[in-house]
Amino acid sequence: MGRYFKAEDGGAAASFDVFEAGLLRAYAEQMLELIDARDGATGTAEDLIASAFSEGPTELPEDPALARLFPDAYTDLGPDGDAAAASAEFRRYTENDLRARKRDDAQAVIRSLEALAPEGRRRKTLRLKPDECRQWLGALNDLRLVIASRLGIEADEDFDALLELPDDDPRQPLVLTYGWLTTLQDTLVEALMRSL
Amino acid sequence: MPVRCAAAVETERAATTSEVADPDVPWITLVHNDPVNLMSYVAYVFQSYFGFDEAKANRLMLDVHNKGRAVVSSGTREEMERDVQAMHGYGLWATLRQDR
Repeated sequence: MGRYFKAEDGGAAASFDVFEAGLLRAYAEQMLELIDARDGATGTAEDLIASAFSEGPTELPEDPALARLFPDAYTDLGPDGDAAAASAEFRRYTENDLRARKRDDAQAVIRSLEALAPEGRRRKTLRLKPDECRQWLGALNDLRLVIASRLGIEADEDFDALLELPDDDPRQPLVLTYGWLTTLQDTLVEALMRSL
Repeated sequence: MPVRCAAAVETERAATTSEVADPDVPWITLVHNDPVNLMSYVAYVFQSYFGFDEAKANRLMLDVHNKGRAVVSSGTREEMERDVQAMHGYGLWATLRQDR
C-alpha cells in the first residue's frame, strides 16, 4: 500500500510512517485550537453545551485563515440591500454548527492516527470507512485552507512560486506539508469518486 | 441545520429585509473560485451534495475555475442558505443573492 490513498472496500487506504502520522496529527491538533480560539472555548463538554444555548458570533473573524473557514454568506444584495447585516444574521445561526463540524473532522483524523500508531521505520496502512473518508476529506481541505492563508496563496500561480523558494527559507516546511496534504486529498477524492 | 434555527432566521428576516427583497425573484447560490480547493474536490462536492451527474459537476467546476464563479443552485432564500451553509461545511467559498 502506497503513501497516498487508494480505493479499498468502498473506503480508502494509505500508509503512514511515524513521522508522517505525527506531523498530520500535530496539524489536526492545531486546527482544533484554531477553531476554538474564536471564543475561548476549548471543546470540552461544558463549552459545547454552552455554545449550543448561546447565540453564535456575528462578525467575520479577523484572522484571515478563520475568515476563509467561516466566510460571509452575503456579499451582494444590490444597492438597497445590507449584505453585512444579512451575513451577520446568517453567521449567528450557522457558525457554531460549522465550527462543530470542522472540529469533528479534525478529531476524526486524530483518532485514526492515534489508533494507527506506527512505530520506527515501518509504515502502517490506515484503512478508512466511507464516513471516515468524508471526515478526512473535510479536515484535509480545512488544513490546506489554513496553510494557504498563512503562506499567502491567493492566486492559482502562487503555489508554483513557493516551490522555487531556497532550501533555507523558513516557509519551506509549510510549503512541503501543503504539497503533501494536497496529494493526500486529491488521491482521497479520487478513491471516493470510484464509490459514488 | 436544526429546524429551530431556520424558523428563527425566517422570523427575524421578515422584519429586516422585506423592503428590499422582491418575493418573486428567485435566489441563487454562487460558488467562487479560490486557489486552494482542488478541481477534483469541487467536482466531488457538486456530485455528492447536489447529486449532479459527473458531466454537470465537471462543467460547473470548470465554470468556477475559468469564470471565477458559477451558479450551482436556485430556489427560495431558505433553500439557498442551506446550500451555502453546506458549501461552507465542505470548505468551498459560496454566497447567495437574488437572481437579478
